[in-house]
Amino acid sequence: MTVLPQSIDALCAAVLAQPHVGVLGAGTKSGLAPAASDVIGLAALTGIVEHTPEECTFTALAGTPVAEIERRLLAHGQHLPFDPPFVDAGATIGGTVAAGLNGSCRLRFGSIRDFLIGARIVDGRGTVVRSGGTVVKNAAGFLLHQAMIGSLGRFGILADLTFKVFPRAEAYATIRAQVGSLGAALETIVAAQRGQFDLEAADIEGASTVWLRIGGFAESLAPRIESIRRTIGVSSDVLEGSSDEAAWHDAREMTWVPDGAILTRVPLTAPQVPRLDTVLAGRGASRRYALAGHVVWIAWPDTIERLSHALASLHLVGQVVRGPRGHALVGAIRDNEFGRRVASVMDPEGRFAP
Amino acid sequence: MTSSELLPALARLVAPERLLTRPGALAAYESDGLTAFRARPRAVVIAESQDEVIELVRLCHAARVPFMARGSGTSLSGGAVPVEDGIVIALNRLNRIVQFDPDRRVAVVEPGVVNLAISTTGAPFGLYYAPDPSSQSVCTIGGNVAFNSGGAHCFRHGMTANHVLGIKAVLADGAVVVLGGDSLEHTGPDLTSLFVGSEGLFGVALEITVRLVQRPSVYRTVLAAYATLQGAGDAVSRVIRSGLLPGAMEIMDRLAIAAAEAAVQAHYPADAAAVLIVELEGERPQVASEFERLMRILGESGATETRVAADEDERARIWKGRKSAFSAVGRLSPDFIVQDGVVPRARLGQALAEIEAMSARCGIRVANVFHAGDGNLHPLILYDGREPGAHDRAEELAAEIIRLCIRLGGSITGEHGVGLEKRRFLGEMYGEADLDCMRRLRDAMDPAGIANRGKKLGPGDETGFSHGLHPLERAGVISRS
Repeated sequence: MTVLPQSIDALCAAVLAQPHVGVLGAGTKSGLAPAASDVIGLAALTGIVEHTPEECTFTALAGTPVAEIERRLLAHGQHLPFDPPFVDAGATIGGTVAAGLNGSCRLRFGSIRDFLIGARIVDGRGTVVRSGGTVVKNAAGFLLHQAMIGSLGRFGILADLTFKVFPRAEAYATIRAQVGSLGAALETIVAAQRGQFDLEAADIEGASTVWLRIGGFAESLAPRIESIRRTIGVSSDVLEGSSDEAAWHDAREMTWVPDGAILTRVPLTAPQVPRLDTVLAGRGASRRYALAGHVVWIAWPDTIERLSHALASLHLVGQVVRGPRGHALVGAIRDNEFGRRVASVMDPEGRFAP
Repeated sequence: MTSSELLPALARLVAPERLLTRPGALAAYESDGLTAFRARPRAVVIAESQDEVIELVRLCHAARVPFMARGSGTSLSGGAVPVEDGIVIALNRLNRIVQFDPDRRVAVVEPGVVNLAISTTGAPFGLYYAPDPSSQSVCTIGGNVAFNSGGAHCFRHGMTANHVLGIKAVLADGAVVVLGGDSLEHTGPDLTSLFVGSEGLFGVALEITVRLVQRPSVYRTVLAAYATLQGAGDAVSRVIRSGLLPGAMEIMDRLAIAAAEAAVQAHYPADAAAVLIVELEGERPQVASEFERLMRILGESGATETRVAADEDERARIWKGRKSAFSAVGRLSPDFIVQDGVVPRARLGQALAEIEAMSARCGIRVANVFHAGDGNLHPLILYDGREPGAHDRAEELAAEIIRLCIRLGGSITGEHGVGLEKRRFLGEMYGEADLDCMRRLRDAMDPAGIANRGKKLGPGDETGFSHGLHPLERAGVISRS
């Protein structure tokens, strides 16, 4: 049964009504959907509660679609610099934070943790707990709201969230380079980074196409693009305007993922990329490395057990974003004593336990 | 183990010269950068390894004796004041940079590493560690983590929590945990962030993985003078509204300018009521466009004078004036209290006007130096502790300013932490359910209630602590005059 609370009070009551509950936003991330039979849906807990453009902050209820937030921000020349994925698919702001998902274009200014400044959380006792605040800098209390990032509902249900935002660049441009091999792709990105360029994104698609994006004042882009192309020294073409937008829209919506594949996100570091890539290529998995090799999105064509085994053998942990439910994390999962203690405080009766 | 058995156990663990128990040796550890509070610890243990710290924490837990981990003791909220009759674990010798990887842009450091040392190590690679508290040449990363320290460049770069990717820590009951990792991305809850800013109540960070930031190809640092403080505050709103994203925006008022001038000859305009420092950073063509827009905005904002740093030396001089402001104010007054409340940026002008009125009403001078881009105020309340009642009057004014920040929808602290100083205001900013959750989190990490007991969530009264000059000042070793 799914209940759809329309207020935070109703959300508290819904938590207390069942011994075991799962939470669902818009359901854009099938692998993370709750396995519990009693589900609290947040689709009705929606709306931007406050947006002060000159303050560069906003507060929204957890079920608010990211698309609605982006539209509002864009009207004031602002955006969410962590580039949340699945916006067109209907992702909610609460689901994005609970899943801890950032997009490729978060390389320059940071991830959710750099922009989430406060939240109200309904804990396992049905109590509303406020953490953080509505100002951009705040060292009072604990950063409990930050612990909600990626928590997949284990510590409580996000009721509303407050973010700081940044101005959106006036224009963007992208360099696309076919470099022939994964090694060359990684070297190209290192060269661009050593060149002190302010990259918005640095992705490797497949194993040999490098994507580098910059943003800023329109008149500054041409000389910067030239400078980057000179530095990386490989043949490339440049995407501007709508073709630039389309390329990153496709990355954000994961349009490259084949139907039926298990979409998994794996944090790692650049030195771990080559070994993983050999495994992925061997299984015929499509993949996209983002953030200069700090994360890879994998479209796994085989079973979840084999994926888990492959990641575990490389000491990596994957988050199954789209795929069969009940396996949110796979691979070399480690138990965490600190996290267990937080859960014991936030959810003493285990209502949110998976 | 009983409490009385602890000292002999400590003596078995470390060499005698690293276990301080004589009153003279303990004096230097009685206080921190706030100086208004002090307490006498039972002993100070100078730890030399992570294993030693783990063992010390386990012994304190077994004996139920409070402990406090200490770096350089620069806390401005009383966070590094010892617990009376507790143990101080001095971490300054845990100062190894365990790993420094310029290609992956991460460093793994021990808690006693000085903040600036990371940037110094990164300099040959064009990298630096972004959080830059004014005390960065002495304060340690362990303390920065405990208090989620900020600095002048938070506007664009964020605070300590935004730069720490992973932490290995010993919790207050001796359990060792590893949080986060060395990738920019992570799966599972962001527990690293929860540890940051916990003010030592959860345990002690033993190893910290930080991300390094690329030094921009160019900085443009502009100093603008204003005839009124309000004028400088309004200019900040204009810059933010324009869509520019400077690396830093800082304001100093007349009193702070005078102090900085006397201390370090920063060559600020002497007759200005306020100066605004705006620093742009990034790739040259982009910064050139931003600079053009910034100068236009500053012109429209009524700046009486603008100066642009011509080279790195001039930039360094502008920042030296700003970063030395706290210590420089010591030249104007034998004692001062510094507050660090935050207000919404759009209400900065209102907050400054109200502080000015409060200052006039009670006849206490207030110098203002602040991170304007973040709305993070730093009013320095000047008083002479030798005058009867002067400290209490200054405290009353400080409380009024903190309550003003809460009333305007802000925070009681932007970057100094709650510590001892602002405990009684935490309950005015948060509700009972919020505080109860904080206490239960603390209890889960520290069931015996021994880790930096009394800070942040402690009782609002000041039992066990006393006001006064820094012990070294009393002893005539250091002086602020």
